[in-house]
Amino acid sequence: MRFSRLALTLGLLLAASGAHAAIDTSPVPPKHPGWSFDGPFGMYDRASLQRGFQVYKEVCSACHSLNRVSFHALSSDSGGDGFFTEPQVKAIAAGYRVPAGPNDKGQTVDASGNPLMRPGIPADHFPPPFANEEAARTANNGALPPDLSIITKARAGGANYVYSIVTGFHQTPPAAFKVMPNKYYNPYFNGWNISMPPPLAPNQVTYSDGTKATVEQMAHDVVTFLSWAAEPTMEDRKRIGFGVMLFLIAFAGLLYLSYRRVWADIH
Amino acid sequence: MAGHSTYVPKSRFARWMDERLPILRLANDTITTYPTPRNLNFWYSFGGILTFMLGIQIVTGIVLAMHYVPAASMAFDSVENIMRDVNYGWLLRYMHSNGASFFFLAVYIHIFRGLYYGSYKAPREVLWILGVIIYVLMIATAFLGYVLPWGQMSFWAATVITNLFTSIDQILPHVGTAVTQWLWGGFAVGDPTLNRFFSLHYLLPFVIAGVVVLHIWALHVPGNNNPLGIDVKGPQDTVPFHPYYTVKDLFYLCLFVILFAIVVFYLPNALVEPDNYVPANPLVTPPEIVPEWYLLPFYAMLRSIPQKLIGVLVLFSALAILVFVPWLDTSKVRSMRFRPLAKQFFWALVVDCLLLGYLGAHRPDAVFPGTSIPMLPFARLGTAYYFLYFFPILPLLGLLETPRPLPLTIATSVTGSGVEQVNAPAE
Repeated sequence: MRFSRLALTLGLLLAASGAHAAIDTSPVPPKHPGWSFDGPFGMYDRASLQRGFQVYKEVCSACHSLNRVSFHALSSDSGGDGFFTEPQVKAIAAGYRVPAGPNDKGQTVDASGNPLMRPGIPADHFPPPFANEEAARTANNGALPPDLSIITKARAGGANYVYSIVTGFHQTPPAAFKVMPNKYYNPYFNGWNISMPPPLAPNQVTYSDGTKATVEQMAHDVVTFLSWAAEPTMEDRKRIGFGVMLFLIAFAGLLYLSYRRVWADIH
Repeated sequence: MAGHSTYVPKSRFARWMDERLPILRLANDTITTYPTPRNLNFWYSFGGILTFMLGIQIVTGIVLAMHYVPAASMAFDSVENIMRDVNYGWLLRYMHSNGASFFFLAVYIHIFRGLYYGSYKAPREVLWILGVIIYVLMIATAFLGYVLPWGQMSFWAATVITNLFTSIDQILPHVGTAVTQWLWGGFAVGDPTLNRFFSLHYLLPFVIAGVVVLHIWALHVPGNNNPLGIDVKGPQDTVPFHPYYTVKDLFYLCLFVILFAIVVFYLPNALVEPDNYVPANPLVTPPEIVPEWYLLPFYAMLRSIPQKLIGVLVLFSALAILVFVPWLDTSKVRSMRFRPLAKQFFWALVVDCLLLGYLGAHRPDAVFPGTSIPMLPFARLGTAYYFLYFFPILPLLGLLETPRPLPLTIATSVTGSGVEQVNAPAE
């Protein structure tokens, strides 16, 4: 192909000049802001989760889906680490429109040809912002905003990485580095050219609990929420783990004493 | 210590049963009275630990299979469903995925223990070879299982490993491609591949369990080797398996399970590539395709060799050479405790395997961090030493090395005096 040959020639020229080969655009190490859920006893900060949910709902969800999370999981009655009451979850779900099945006449579209929709119920999952991948790419200069359901587990660096990406804009790139068209400079992102525009600006959301909505605060809250979304059974896991450890250590002690007693007549 | 059975049925039912199906006699002879050398140390508890881990994997795996869907379009979702909506699904899955790692950790300690104490030597060659077969089956099972969550690493690991067979094309044109497409059930890794991998992943653990029975049978005919590597001379050298080793093995098993629980409950994703939480995408190749940690040494060998077919042959030879170890080691002395020279080469092999594991996680063109030293020559040296250890180092050592004098019996060695103590336990 003519284009690939052209690209190859250009690439060779660049390599020969050595001008651009000098910049290493591998990501810089992520920030470590510290999390409520760090460590063996760390649990999710409930207030931060609720604020983070607000940030996701008002900001991120414009482009990013949360396909694997159900409204029910938000409920503290879900068996997981939910952080809203059941009536609150019902109200949140009802605020979303989700595709309805065929009605009792077998119709799947209304009179004007639009798919039938109904208010969400707790059993529904968060509806995606775009109908399909093509629609998402069309709306985002060809880039696909990733689903955020397990984003903190799907990226090396986890919560720290996502926090660094969200807060890593508005820095001056090195003079030798070219920011590509429709891209933004973010040194925490591999290659430094990211398609996502800076998502947060100060006071972008209004917190009902009076917390000041700085970029760092919103980022911290939304990453706490996304960490919960990726691992909604973490608190259960750590609580059970604590009991298991206590049992195993006590059991090991008893086994050690039995071992010494049984072997006492041999040594 | 196959010796004749000392079992005496105590009840009427036991006598009746003994004349029809002597299963109580079997249990008594293999678990209770089985004479075991009295000097087995910590490293000998991994046989029991491995049996336990096989049980854990089978039990958690059977329950996971009740919720898992082996279809390309649903596999990833079904695993996430297990993590989120199945009661204690997260526990089952984290136990199963980390269980594989701990299974391999235990088997590596078990294998190196066998290499150190010469447990593969006569009359235990068949026992050793059955162990190698179990290890190869474990690798196959682990690889098949790694594919099932159908994340990016699953998909691309399946692609890379099945593509190894296309190297046959270099000697038999088209045959390699034909074999690979037969394995795939199509022209690329896809739905049929996932489905058959699931079927085989469910089958192989039971094959392993069968070979484990043979492995234990082959252990109980000559009896255990021991850290001194000398034969059992009489009853003063042994203790009955129960209660002496049941309690000792249980204690060490409990310590091992504590480590396992720390990872399952507090670091469940520490050993996972983050890319495997991204659904499989045949159109996007991850920047780095790496297997799980327990296969990295072999991956380093494969990638250190520029010619594909030879690389694949080296990979399989690294496993196959283990079968011949009983005959490659020409030394009359089993335990490395009495082999000052061989001991050093043994520890060099341990370090070599750890180094290969480290190198296997990096691209062949990588350099050591913070330096400009390339990794590739070290991967090649490491691969060479792995093979050189088994041949010619092991055969030559047996001829050249002067072993230290062996103790006369286990009992004298344990009690630390030349006089045999008579307080051997009552049976």
